[in-house]
Amino acid sequence: MAKAENELTWKDLEIGCIVTEPGSARSYSTGTWRSQRPTYDFSRCIKCGLCALYCPEGCIGPNKEGHFEANMYYCKGCGICARECWPRVITMVEEEEK
Amino acid sequence: MTTRVGVEVSIAVADAVKLCNADVVAAYPITPQTHIVEHLAELVANGELEAEYIPVESEHSAMSACLGSSATGARTFTATSSQGLALMNEVLFIASGMLPIVMAVANRALSSPLSIWGDHSDVMSVRDTGWVQIFVENGQQAIDNTICAFKIGEDKRVLLPVMVHLDGFNLTHVIEPIIFPEESEVAKFLPPNKYPLPLNPNKPVAMGDFAPPFIFTEAKWAQEFNIEKSKAVVLEVWDQFAKAFGRRYQPVEKYKTEGAKTLILTMGSFSETASVAIDEMRADGNEVGQVRLRLWRPFPFEELRQAVQNVDNLIILDRAVSVGGPVGPVASEVKSALYGLAKRPKVVSFVGGLGGRDITVNSFKDIIKKGIDIARTGSKTEFEVYGVRE
Repeated sequence: MAKAENELTWKDLEIGCIVTEPGSARSYSTGTWRSQRPTYDFSRCIKCGLCALYCPEGCIGPNKEGHFEANMYYCKGCGICARECWPRVITMVEEEEK
Repeated sequence: MTTRVGVEVSIAVADAVKLCNADVVAAYPITPQTHIVEHLAELVANGELEAEYIPVESEHSAMSACLGSSATGARTFTATSSQGLALMNEVLFIASGMLPIVMAVANRALSSPLSIWGDHSDVMSVRDTGWVQIFVENGQQAIDNTICAFKIGEDKRVLLPVMVHLDGFNLTHVIEPIIFPEESEVAKFLPPNKYPLPLNPNKPVAMGDFAPPFIFTEAKWAQEFNIEKSKAVVLEVWDQFAKAFGRRYQPVEKYKTEGAKTLILTMGSFSETASVAIDEMRADGNEVGQVRLRLWRPFPFEELRQAVQNVDNLIILDRAVSVGGPVGPVASEVKSALYGLAKRPKVVSFVGGLGGRDITVNSFKDIIKKGIDIARTGSKTEFEVYGVRE
């Protein structure tokens, strides 16, 4: 979208609010829904990728070192990755905690 | 050369859909259904209409199939009634605002208690779905407006679904003399459907998408603006229809209103019965007349105000009850439309003709006389239920 979200008027919309830009949902930040975030102890990570398989948001992938890590723009903080990670790499912490 | 033939109105509506050369008909074939889709199934099976006929397992699925078909740009039709319309409800909202589906609705009562007979309770439950809605009062109007409905809905300035409301049984199951236009004339009147943003793998679009709070209000306003604007196209299409076929329709139609001090207003097939009552009362020297609401959505505020603002009394017969609410649904909207006028008639609301109860010519005379009395003396109740045994 050319305009910022809060600048769009009804005249900018296609008929019936039809979306003509493929993959536009990519710009929607679901990370703002989060109340907990995953933290990582990568020294324990065996790069099995189970967390990525279980992630309902599909937002986990390998980082530069090959360790699996969530993209915080999309991570909703559901904690499923932490639950499924059997080497115990991931710990969920409240967002307000440093 | 057009000829007049005697035909059941449901069958005639199906024949009108054939004249419009519909591409897809999706329908649930079991009660509460009419002969409209039964005859369309025959036409498709016999090769008389080259269309895809999708029999589905419920009205919810029928309307869902219509969404998909209309989204590809196919000319799409379905028909339903009462409980079937109720089951479609959530999908009707999804169609609104973008997909020019045409649906004939045989107006019948909603359960409970169970009734298969006619009234307007099904219509009123879909009032706010965002469809253009037209009421007809005889078979000829039903087929004329089925043809017009495609042209209105598919117009690129509109792109909205359209319901044609015809009374269950009083219209759908009676044989009437009907003039069918020639197929070539209909083809001239109704250009091919050219949907501007169809589903197409080479140019992908997403319909009915997720709208977060930052854009939902704008989307609803666009929808409201669009349906209000569609009235100009409805008028234009009716005007073109009159020029091509000689029968003229208007959002609010007046009958013997000149010099009338009291008007009766009702929607659907009962309007013709009311007209006979007006004829007889006029012959007896009463200053009475009639207005008919042809266009229900978008509501024709200006036309209605102009038609009724100079009379003393406006008597409205609703064929549905807003249970626990104000007056009947039509009376409620008419009152709201007139509220801002400095000079406006007294509105008297009757509810009657529910679940197949007949309202005869004498009943209408009685309603008009009672209505004039109530306008003069007032009433303790918000509305009168005509003919109820107490």
